[in-house]
Amino acid sequence: MIRAVIRVELPAHLRTLAHVSGEVQLEVEGEATQRSVLDALEARYPMLRGTLRDHVTQQRRPFVRFFACEQDLSHESPDAPLPEAVATAVEPFLIVGAIAGGAIGLAAPSPEPVADLAAAVPARWLR
Amino acid sequence: MSKVRVLVGTRKGAFVLSADGKRDRWDISGPHFGGWEIYHLKGSPSDPDRLYASQSTGWFGQLIQRSNDGGKTWEPAGNKFEYDGIPGTHQWYDGKPHPWEFKRVWHIEPSLTDPDTIYAGVEDAALFRSSDGAQTWQELPGLRAHGSGPRWQPGAGGMCLHTILLDPSDPNRIFIAISAAGAFRTDDAGKTWRPINQGLHSQHIPDPNAEVGHCVHRIAMHPSRPEVLFMQKHWDVMRSDDAGDSWHEISGNLPTDFGFVIDVHAHEPETVYVVPIKSDSEHFPLDGKLRVYRSRTGGNEWEALSKGLPQSDCYVNVLRDAMAVDALDSCGVYFGTTGGQVYESNDAGENWSAIVRDLPAVLSVEVQTLA
Repeated sequence: MIRAVIRVELPAHLRTLAHVSGEVQLEVEGEATQRSVLDALEARYPMLRGTLRDHVTQQRRPFVRFFACEQDLSHESPDAPLPEAVATAVEPFLIVGAIAGGAIGLAAPSPEPVADLAAAVPARWLR
Repeated sequence: MSKVRVLVGTRKGAFVLSADGKRDRWDISGPHFGGWEIYHLKGSPSDPDRLYASQSTGWFGQLIQRSNDGGKTWEPAGNKFEYDGIPGTHQWYDGKPHPWEFKRVWHIEPSLTDPDTIYAGVEDAALFRSSDGAQTWQELPGLRAHGSGPRWQPGAGGMCLHTILLDPSDPNRIFIAISAAGAFRTDDAGKTWRPINQGLHSQHIPDPNAEVGHCVHRIAMHPSRPEVLFMQKHWDVMRSDDAGDSWHEISGNLPTDFGFVIDVHAHEPETVYVVPIKSDSEHFPLDGKLRVYRSRTGGNEWEALSKGLPQSDCYVNVLRDAMAVDALDSCGVYFGTTGGQVYESNDAGENWSAIVRDLPAVLSVEVQTLA
């Protein structure tokens, strides 16, 4: 069985959640893929379950990105081999929160209608 | 001497405000979970040091945090909210079927008697329960299985189950409310549910008196009279004297009957508080004046309470989970605003002062009265 040590860099909020600082190093059995790395990450840090991929569908959360070797791997198959430099721990596997700034709309819907959403509300709620 | 602990959820973290029974000097702790949206946090009535918090972001989804020491330290709990069976569809904004999708926990309601049992109201609307201290969650599927689920529709803030009221006299009875489906009640501990919306009248829905489809914003009860319910609907303040079987309007002389919050005095079951908001397209107080309205007659006759509140150029909102009362002899009333202020009155609303003024937008306020 192949074993690889993978360097993983988490976004700040998830480092806080997992109580880690800096990179984490994971031992991955078998081929290094997004799936095997995330499986190992969640096994080591169970509090991260559900934060990177959906509990049920295992789909990557929409505003999570996977970068490595200056490439965006987010849309690669979760079972595709990671770059050799990641599999040999030369480069880290970067987990990144997508840029989503601004107060309205993206990633931060309000508990009550915000301006742009209000425009989408059916007229039935207006009196 | 008694103490109070005010639990504040904001758009960028949680804050814990503490004071002794005089409630004139406050200790501010936080932000906890800085940068995360805290829709709600609440303590267990049977173990006040056990707190639960709903923590979420659009990036990393939903987390639940638990504290065993009154909010000093926290530990992540279970965050897997999986609908029971095939979720099915509800209506989308355009009236078309839309698959049920879990988005976040809006409201946490700990059991009145067991600190390890908690209810969670979620978006898309459903009710979950944990009996192991929030480690695992199970849906109470009878609510969505009522049969009207395919006709439920989101309000502009999402299709959220935002109110959970546990009947202190009957452990089998629970009230919940959903925007925009309405209010529901179970009398068998969540196995079966029925809509309790008779008497609600919502213009501009196809049938203004429909069984479901009403945008209920908040329900409140006094624990000594759980059959009496007060409701802030999208428009209209309503009252039921028969556990929701029928409702009648009590808006009376309110300057506007749109709003989000409603709550009941801790010792006077006929004393009710609301914060009128101008309209559903202008989410701020009338005339730039922030005023709480109080009825001491169970509705219809309302008086403005404004002493200590801004009376000019105030254009904040008060969201549906952002008002609470304490149980001290002189009842304290608290509410938070989207401008980041948390206001407190230690004399049942006569006089107000800001505990804090510059928090992130306040999403929820709860109060614990501690021995």
